[in-house]
Amino acid sequence: MSSPKETGKHPGAEAGVSRRGFLEVTGVGGAVVGTVVLDQPAQAQGAGARALGPGAVPITLNVNGKALKATVEPRMTLLDTLRGPLDHTGAKRVCDRGTCGACTVMMDGKSVYACTILAIDAQGTKIETVEGLTADLKNDVLINAFVEHDAEQCGYCTPGFMVAAKALLKENPRPTFAEVEAGLSGNLCRCGTYVGLRKAVLEAAQKGRA
Amino acid sequence: MAEYAWPKMSERSLIGKRISRLDGAQKAGGRAKYGSDQNPQRLLYAAILTSPHARAKLTSIDLSAAKSSPGVTAVIAVEEVGKEVQWEGTILAAVAAETELQARDAVRKIRVEYQVLPHVVKDDDVAKAGNNAKPAGEQVQGDPDAAKSSAAFTSQGFYGLPVLTHCCLEPHGQTVQWSGNEITVWSSTQAVSNYAGDLGAQLEVPATSIKVHQDHIGGGFGSKFQSDQWGAFCARLSKESGGRPVKFFHDRNIELMIAGNRPSHYAKVTVGADASGKITLWESESWSSGGIGGGNIPPIPYVFTKIPNQRKNHNAISTNNGGQRAWRAPNHPQASYLTCCAMDDLAAKMGKDPLELFLTNCELTTREDAYRRQLNKAAKHIDWTSKWKGRGKSRQGYLAKGLGIGVNTWGGAGHESTATARIHPDGTVEIECGTQDLGTGTRTIMTQVAADTLGLPMEGIRLKIGDNAYPASGGSGGSTTVGGVSSSTRIAATDALNLLFEKVAPSLDNAAPGDLEAKNGRVYVKGNPSKGMSWAEACKKLGVAPIEVQGRNNPRNPRGLNTGGVAGVQMAEVTVDMETGVVVLDKIVAVQDIGLVVNPKTAESQVYGAMIMNVCGSLYEERVVDQITGRMLNADMEFYKLAGAPDIGEMICELEVDEENDSRGIIGLGEPPTVGGLAAIGNAVANAIGVRVPMVPLTPRRVLDALNGRNS
Repeated sequence: MSSPKETGKHPGAEAGVSRRGFLEVTGVGGAVVGTVVLDQPAQAQGAGARALGPGAVPITLNVNGKALKATVEPRMTLLDTLRGPLDHTGAKRVCDRGTCGACTVMMDGKSVYACTILAIDAQGTKIETVEGLTADLKNDVLINAFVEHDAEQCGYCTPGFMVAAKALLKENPRPTFAEVEAGLSGNLCRCGTYVGLRKAVLEAAQKGRA
Repeated sequence: MAEYAWPKMSERSLIGKRISRLDGAQKAGGRAKYGSDQNPQRLLYAAILTSPHARAKLTSIDLSAAKSSPGVTAVIAVEEVGKEVQWEGTILAAVAAETELQARDAVRKIRVEYQVLPHVVKDDDVAKAGNNAKPAGEQVQGDPDAAKSSAAFTSQGFYGLPVLTHCCLEPHGQTVQWSGNEITVWSSTQAVSNYAGDLGAQLEVPATSIKVHQDHIGGGFGSKFQSDQWGAFCARLSKESGGRPVKFFHDRNIELMIAGNRPSHYAKVTVGADASGKITLWESESWSSGGIGGGNIPPIPYVFTKIPNQRKNHNAISTNNGGQRAWRAPNHPQASYLTCCAMDDLAAKMGKDPLELFLTNCELTTREDAYRRQLNKAAKHIDWTSKWKGRGKSRQGYLAKGLGIGVNTWGGAGHESTATARIHPDGTVEIECGTQDLGTGTRTIMTQVAADTLGLPMEGIRLKIGDNAYPASGGSGGSTTVGGVSSSTRIAATDALNLLFEKVAPSLDNAAPGDLEAKNGRVYVKGNPSKGMSWAEACKKLGVAPIEVQGRNNPRNPRGLNTGGVAGVQMAEVTVDMETGVVVLDKIVAVQDIGLVVNPKTAESQVYGAMIMNVCGSLYEERVVDQITGRMLNADMEFYKLAGAPDIGEMICELEVDEENDSRGIIGLGEPPTVGGLAAIGNAVANAIGVRVPMVPLTPRRVLDALNGRNS
């Protein structure tokens, strides 16, 4: 098992089994959900793990550089903790099963699906949500590219794509068109904004180079 | 009588321009707040118990353990004992609690007993539907028997499309507070102005006591017009919890089971043509289902409606599944598929290029010139003439390439809409309208219209929508919004401006108010910008009272501002792996006529999005229901498959923006481009592999089965 630092959902991530690979092996085939499953959330507790719960426990999460406190049951996901008690609603709950990417956040610099991680396990990591990653809304190269290329319609999947795009360009600042497609393939959109998304991320990468 | 006509194309400052959507940064940065993002003080969460059975009688329900479960504030029985459940996912009870986890725990403690009853969920074989099939009665036109015997060519085929679910990314639901005599709803609806009346009827509360607010909605596609039973029980839970707000949004599985679907359509079709390829005969036996109420009659033959001899039979098949709802261009994508695939098969039987067959038969449409022009344009975009080869003749090794055609039509005239324009003495301008922006760009295009009309920049307008306190405007469905709200905004802004001119004219050497114009932030005598004043100075002439005018789009008299009726053609190019059956979309082209386009940028996004929906529907997406248990097997987003960014190929969109189309006025665009792509991709696959794959989605299994002569 690898730690979250070694996993993530970019193409090129070494660890884990990709869903697409899994589907190919099992002969299911079809639509792309090219995501590396996050094997196990943090295993910081190790052999001497404390038993937590079943009631709510106080936790502290480092979100966008701030220590935020909440009291949640140990079974509560990072996503629901962010969206509820911490009122960071940029990450959306869509499939709630690690498929669609609408809840994507960064954990220690890697993109993860916040619906697949327990809040208690996210303690001690550095969490960045879309709000923190786009703090300067007016001067953010990716935000401006998304707007310019109309890479959004209803907008419910868009924050997840934004974080995925940030993660992609962080890992691969000069992606090819195919690498952009692959880098966005862990996220799904229903309105059908991929045409604008592909252009926006490519353009942002080019501007970032300049 | 004021003149409201759109300015000439050359004289528009903002209408028709590629303006970026105004809420783009807010959405992309996760700052836009949806109904599901609302966290009012002292918020409670709701969870529901649903039926695991497709058909069953509820024999007992015991809520007592749930009521005493930790954190629970209210429990409601949604269905009573004795109720016969008709589909899986039927909501039986709802719980509100301090946390969502506590609400879910309480739901698990509800004890229900059922008498399980036989169910029917199979809709793909009319012969086996028995009493669940309800015939619509035969429709005959001309003399189909004579046409059949005299036809030089006939082609028979079976074609089918399964049920799709809307799969809105923001599930159906709302956050509601019923405190005292007032209900506040943060909705996820396509019909903000109608919501209060609809919810009020359920709760027996006057609509005037219900406030509805919505800045954004995470997808609707036709499935979010009602307040729904969850609007009502969520409000009741709030009331029973002492007026604390309650949030309820469906889990993905229930969302896919009960919150709307696009009905299936199947048809056995016979088409006949004379020696020149002119179609003389259409015979179809069709059936469809969107749940217990069956399915609608598809409008077939689609677009080629003037086929002289027709015989049509249809059966609505009732099944024990969640009910259908409107889905972008209801019944049109299916009808287009059934018709265009049958025509493509006829062309193959004749050994004719289908493009030629479609062109030959344009005279059977009501827009002959438009379809002929668009077929030729689309063919050029996709390089049809040099690329097209007969069925199964573009094979290289294990890869086969193919081209296909689909067509569309739609209405799209503006709906009933009212808007208020208010010009304040300090020069600020407000436009208020009880419409909603589904992500189509409504906010942006209304601002363009108002600013262009008043000669102001986009920033000069404060647009206020998404609240039932504003003047009523229709629900966003059927591509009716852009025509409706643009027209009401134009009328309101024009009338307001004329009142301003009346106040200003005396200061300009007593010019006639009708001789003034407003452009570039100034009000002046027409053609003489120096004889005038800035917008702010002009507005100071108002004294203390703002100008406030309401404009209305009356669909019976849209004053030339909007109209309906469009044509469109889509063509696709695919590559098929003959060994694995995997289909890859290489390229898809849409040519669409569309009247006056207020914002080409957001309009093109609509077209791309619609084409991508067709990629989903043709290659990936279908509801799978287990025959034995009656349960949906893929009620998630892992196996209810949508296309991803790498699956869509190259996309080309040509909106036919020209003086002639522009002069028709505004026409809605949400529906038409969702139609035609399924047929284009289906026909391209038939062209590639040499045989028809009857059913979409064109999964590897279906492709391989077709190649091997098996039914699947």
